[in-house]
Amino acid sequence: MWTRLAARMRAFFRSPALDEDFDQEMESHLAMLAEDNVRRGMTPQEARRQARLRLGGRTQLGEAHREHRGLPALETLLQDLRYAGRAMRRDSALTCFVILILGLGIGASTAVFSLIDAVLLRPLPFHDPARLVWIGNKDVDNEGLSGETVPVNHYKALREQNGTFADVAAFSPFYRTGDDKLTGSGEPQRLTGLQVSQNFFPLLGVQPILGTQFSDDDCQFRWNSPKVALLSYSLWQTLFHGDAAIVGRQITLNDTPVRVIGVLPRTFSFDSVFAPGNRIDIYLPYPLTEQASRRGNELAMIGRLKPGATLASARAEMSVLGPRIRRMDPDRNFQLLLSPLAEHVSGHLRTALLVLVCAVGVVMLIACANLANLILARSAARQKEMAIRTALGAGRLRLVRQMLTESVLLACCGAIAGLGLAFAGTRGLAQLNAFRIPLLDSLRIDGGAVTFTFLLAVATGLVFGLIPALQIPGAAGGGLKENARGSSQGRHQHWIRNTLVVSEIAFACVLLVGAGLLMRSFLRVLEVNLGFQPRMAAAMRVDPGAQFSTRALRNGFYDEALRRVRSIPGVEAAGLTDVLPLGINRTWNCGAKGRPYTRSNPPPPIFVRIVSDGYIGAMAIPLRAGRDLAERDSASSTPVILINQTLARTLWPGQNAVGQILECDRDREVVGVVSDVRHLALEQESGNEMYIPIRQSGDYSSVDMVMRTTVPLSALALPVRRTLREVDPTLPANEFHNLQDLVDTAVSPRRFVVMLLAGFSAFALVLASLGIYAVVSYSVSQRKREIGIRMALGARAGEVQARIVRQTLLLAAAGIALGMAGSWGLAKTMQSLLFGVTAGDPITFAGMLGVLTTVALMAGYLPARRASRIDPATILRAE
Amino acid sequence: MAEDKSEILQGTLDLMVLKTLDAMGPLHGYGIARRIEQISEQALEVNQGTVYLCLIRLVQKRWITASWGTSENNRRAKFYAISKAGRKQLAAEARNWERVSNVIGRLLQLETRS
Repeated sequence: MWTRLAARMRAFFRSPALDEDFDQEMESHLAMLAEDNVRRGMTPQEARRQARLRLGGRTQLGEAHREHRGLPALETLLQDLRYAGRAMRRDSALTCFVILILGLGIGASTAVFSLIDAVLLRPLPFHDPARLVWIGNKDVDNEGLSGETVPVNHYKALREQNGTFADVAAFSPFYRTGDDKLTGSGEPQRLTGLQVSQNFFPLLGVQPILGTQFSDDDCQFRWNSPKVALLSYSLWQTLFHGDAAIVGRQITLNDTPVRVIGVLPRTFSFDSVFAPGNRIDIYLPYPLTEQASRRGNELAMIGRLKPGATLASARAEMSVLGPRIRRMDPDRNFQLLLSPLAEHVSGHLRTALLVLVCAVGVVMLIACANLANLILARSAARQKEMAIRTALGAGRLRLVRQMLTESVLLACCGAIAGLGLAFAGTRGLAQLNAFRIPLLDSLRIDGGAVTFTFLLAVATGLVFGLIPALQIPGAAGGGLKENARGSSQGRHQHWIRNTLVVSEIAFACVLLVGAGLLMRSFLRVLEVNLGFQPRMAAAMRVDPGAQFSTRALRNGFYDEALRRVRSIPGVEAAGLTDVLPLGINRTWNCGAKGRPYTRSNPPPPIFVRIVSDGYIGAMAIPLRAGRDLAERDSASSTPVILINQTLARTLWPGQNAVGQILECDRDREVVGVVSDVRHLALEQESGNEMYIPIRQSGDYSSVDMVMRTTVPLSALALPVRRTLREVDPTLPANEFHNLQDLVDTAVSPRRFVVMLLAGFSAFALVLASLGIYAVVSYSVSQRKREIGIRMALGARAGEVQARIVRQTLLLAAAGIALGMAGSWGLAKTMQSLLFGVTAGDPITFAGMLGVLTTVALMAGYLPARRASRIDPATILRAE
Repeated sequence: MAEDKSEILQGTLDLMVLKTLDAMGPLHGYGIARRIEQISEQALEVNQGTVYLCLIRLVQKRWITASWGTSENNRRAKFYAISKAGRKQLAAEARNWERVSNVIGRLLQLETRS
């Protein structure tokens, strides 16, 4: 079987030589046969004639021989391909156009496919990721991270008492960029550290490439045990130059010695999965101690299901175990929510990505309709050629196959162009880490994407080739007749062409509405009143060094730093805060003093910010009542607090909040009420907020200085840094963060989808307008004679134009009507992506109507003008 | 009618060619065709060219080998010879054929009696 196939394959490639060989063999056979015939007494001519009869038809024999020894199917295919190649070269302009359109369409499809593959389809880059479960906490009235996390004791209880998880690991999502200060290894640096439970990496199946994992002891934080850390691969490469000797060495982190016990592999990327857009440099053990548990909700949990256990069985167990653990601390919210880890990581992007998939699918459909139209127009021009081929004996199936080979070949050329495009596109996207989209860095064109591309190309080729191919007449009918007018033959084709254009417009309409709604949502999000002014404001980490060891010393540092920075020319206002908006956030449950709170009526959760005087000025948060914090609100003075309007309404509705007492870390007098700030997301209301003076609190883990400036930030970075170094010489070389960047990052997933969708719909619009143009101008060229006669009979140019434009608008109207209905239905499914607009937003629909009508008018006007310039005399002469 | 004959040939021609080469040693296509005609006493008369389709198939299956040589009349001709694999195949085919023809023979006798 295989030897035969191999031999056939060899024969296929050596075809000319074998033909020659066979010819010679036949020649010698004939000669020998003729000789024998002569011997039997025939004349030489007769002998030769008889011999030829005896042997059989030479041509048929040769054909049969070739079919017998080679690969006939492949040979036909090659023949078709050669022919298709010739046809493509002949129509090189059309070919280029088709390949361009297909390249763009297929490129976009492949890019979206790889995006979906990276974000949704591919399993997470961990060991057996299907068994990983995100164990979240759910607090119905608390939207911050505090509501989603659990305290150490609850985590420990859950880990010990459950029966469905092989293990449960935890990490603290309360980290901030640049939390940890590295000194003694060159210039002081700020690193971002993540605190994890000792079993975090083993649970995910991540092995350090150097050194060891954390041990149980590392998370106990006994006074005499050394502090340890694991390095990320990139930090090891950049800061320690990939030096293997770093393992076991001491580094100085936050002014304490820490021993490096290992380096994590390059393939492990916490940030790309859990915190896109951030970069974790160093991993530290989380203190699983009684003391840490008192700090409250700080841990996020991941569990690995035991073999045989399912998510459902885990949920069932948690519904029993959860309330039992909760009884340890009845006041603390503990309601477990379990979801597959992959779902937690990228589930929220599913709708947006599905919208992209639909969009790119629609673009491909439009492209197919467009190309079918083009090929149809060309096949009308090739009618005669087809008729000749039919007359010469080509079967209808053979011709259809030939046409399909052509279109698939075109599509494959397009696919190659598209692959290049997709390759460049995904390379670009993968590097955009400003987009907060998980797993984006694993975006690439792999074997799967290439396979997808070519399958898509073949499917596309078949789709756009089939309609024109089926138009090939079955028999060599009137096609050969000279001067076939083709007006009746054209009716059917005309109908197909119009249908194609109408569907193109309808699809483009759906896409435009979708893109329009998302675009409007995006603009609405950008218009949202943030509660602060991100423009001309910047932030910089200024955590006081270890030498400021007491609160008094730290307060002195703040006074001095603020005073000096404020005196720099160009700095309008400056203030300190422990958290910036749109980053992490924590909540405390606090209430008004003197009000009875019970478990069924608990004090409300309030977002906590620890700030200095001048902070609300630097952020441009409007003060609504009372006063700002001041330098005199120090450790020794009356405890005071600022609250936002929502909190004022929550606790003291209809009353003046200023002067009231809020019971939080201690009793604090409300001295001012400020506007609400959108801290969680631009789309989300702010909730209750309070601002505690930094000089009256020690409960913060980082300090940012926010500055409002009148000069460009770049001009300010150097003087500010120099000024701060005068106050604290150990201050690391921190970066300035533009507050606008925070806002941009927060809206980046939305921007990402809008950008892609806008691109797709622009492409669709171009395709649709080309489609209209092509059809109308084709029909004009077909009806030249009719138009010429009409004009000869007295029709004015204007009338002719109006007729054609009317025809175009009719097509457009049909398409728009269909598209409107379609988008009305589809827009409802993307409701969750919309913000500030309804699915039936009249402005979007009206805008789409305007754009499409204008485009249709333009596409119809050009051929109409051409038609009106037809010279009747020329036409009639040609008749 | 001719088609029926060629259909019979399709199945049996392989066996006939192999046997011919086995019995007569290397032969050219013409020789094989003539030999088969002689033996079958014109019962299986087809285009001699058909033999070549069979030959190329057998060569591709490596049951026979082909090489150019000189004929008895000093004419250049392509000679075919049976290979080791071909002999094995011939033996197997011959056994198979005998079994089948025995069965058919018995079956036909049975029918005559009843």
